[in-house]
Amino acid sequence: MSTAFDMTGGQVTIDGRKILRGIDLTVDDGEVVAVLGANGSGKSTLVRSLLGVQPLSGGTTLLYGRPPARFREWWRIGYVPQRLSVGGGVPATVREVVASGRIARQRRGRLTSSADRRAVAAALEEVGLSDRAGDPVSSLSGGQQQRVLIARALAGEPDVFVLDEPTAGVDAGSQRMLAETLSGLVERGRTVVLVAHELGPLEPLISRAVVLNQGCKVHDGAPPTAVGTHALPGHDHVHPHEPAPAESPVPSWVLAQEKA
Amino acid sequence: MTIFDLDFMRYALVAAVMVGLTAPAVGTFIVQRRLALLGDGIGHVALTGVALGFLTGAAPVATAVVVAALGAVAIEMVRARGKTSGDVALALLFYGGLAGGVMIIYLTPGESTASLNSYLFGAITSVDSTDLWVIAGLAVAVLALLAVFGRELFVLCQDEEVARASGLPVRFLGLLIAVIASVTVVVAMRAVGLLLVSALMVVPVATSQQLTRSFRTTMASSMVFGVLATVGGLTSSFYLDVPSGATIVLLALAGFAVALGIGRFVRRSRTGESTA
Repeated sequence: MSTAFDMTGGQVTIDGRKILRGIDLTVDDGEVVAVLGANGSGKSTLVRSLLGVQPLSGGTTLLYGRPPARFREWWRIGYVPQRLSVGGGVPATVREVVASGRIARQRRGRLTSSADRRAVAAALEEVGLSDRAGDPVSSLSGGQQQRVLIARALAGEPDVFVLDEPTAGVDAGSQRMLAETLSGLVERGRTVVLVAHELGPLEPLISRAVVLNQGCKVHDGAPPTAVGTHALPGHDHVHPHEPAPAESPVPSWVLAQEKA
Repeated sequence: MTIFDLDFMRYALVAAVMVGLTAPAVGTFIVQRRLALLGDGIGHVALTGVALGFLTGAAPVATAVVVAALGAVAIEMVRARGKTSGDVALALLFYGGLAGGVMIIYLTPGESTASLNSYLFGAITSVDSTDLWVIAGLAVAVLALLAVFGRELFVLCQDEEVARASGLPVRFLGLLIAVIASVTVVVAMRAVGLLLVSALMVVPVATSQQLTRSFRTTMASSMVFGVLATVGGLTSSFYLDVPSGATIVLLALAGFAVALGIGRFVRRSRTGESTA
């Protein structure tokens, strides 16, 4: 088994603010890792620095044994950002955006191959957007746009999927679709690293959870098991306007597990 | 007499077609990258290049290409560093380029700011056969580069982080699009002038956006709108005896207004159908 990501002492400082404070994290092939934590805990920064998209200010990170600057097998990586960028208002169809996911597999100056077309069609099919392929992405709902982003990563047929908050602000239908897509990936032995605020329907798929708090790793191991009303099917997680930082910065279930 | 009877008008028409094709093609990527004003920034910087041409006795177009390209690289590097926001970086170059051009032309013996007029506002009818070869060569180079790198530029201009996570040479591509834009500005300078050059990169794209659904058709139709504006503007300026640069830009803007109306109407009737 090879190691997809290997970060040692990873630090990120942006405008003098420490976002990550010395993270050690290894993700092996086939793992399904959830990165959890409150808003501003550094989850997104962590996954973006695993990919080299966000440069480290200290420590090292390796992608399949190589630092991001010297990594060449980018087709192995499928990155799903938080939001679809609308590109300055220039229209783009669902198919165009999904097809751009093939870029790491395409040679410069070559025409689109039949393998490219097949992969794009399969990716659209998988997220249930085949019938919207010709529509501009800007006409889609937030959940559908999230599916476009996932289809773009699927189209590249990568080994590793890195998803930044795929469930944030997504309708129930798209969440279910996402869970189905992810379980398909897990069955096929793909490696998945996903950032989430809430796991929701993704919970059964996760093999390991990493919890961040204020830029530090406070938990790395078994995923949380929901208790009480959280465990009920269809439970809708609503925080009635409580100021998050006033709470204990570490989720209670983490403390419980650490003590155990 | 028709415009085809005159040599200078034939040259001007060929130049108009090339400018009408290249400026919106580059512009589609620039607008997608949210740098719609990049062309303006480069245009102002190019003025310093033009003035340097007068001062040194070199061809103003050549010095303009070099200085504009350097300016574009500077804008891209400031933007990529992220220390100064893109629009402030552009603004600094606007002022520096314009002031530099005026100062250098003042210091050039026998020249005054009046010498800059044809570069500021365009003089497409002054294009001779040598100019035409230069313009054609640059236009072909720009379109060829866009064809080769188009797929990568699409990803870069859509989302730079995704481009990086796809292993694309982000820094190189950013510089490439900046340099392509600066060459285009200098090519289009003869048609509409440095102060209006960006209009041909942005307005046809904005026009297409009202009517199209895909990136590909937006680029293709903006090139059509671009040629309609440059050729239509040039022709009508000849018969009406008005300045060509301004006519071209006003025609492009009129096209935008019409497209805006049509786009609204089409979208309204579409939503009407879906709710009915």
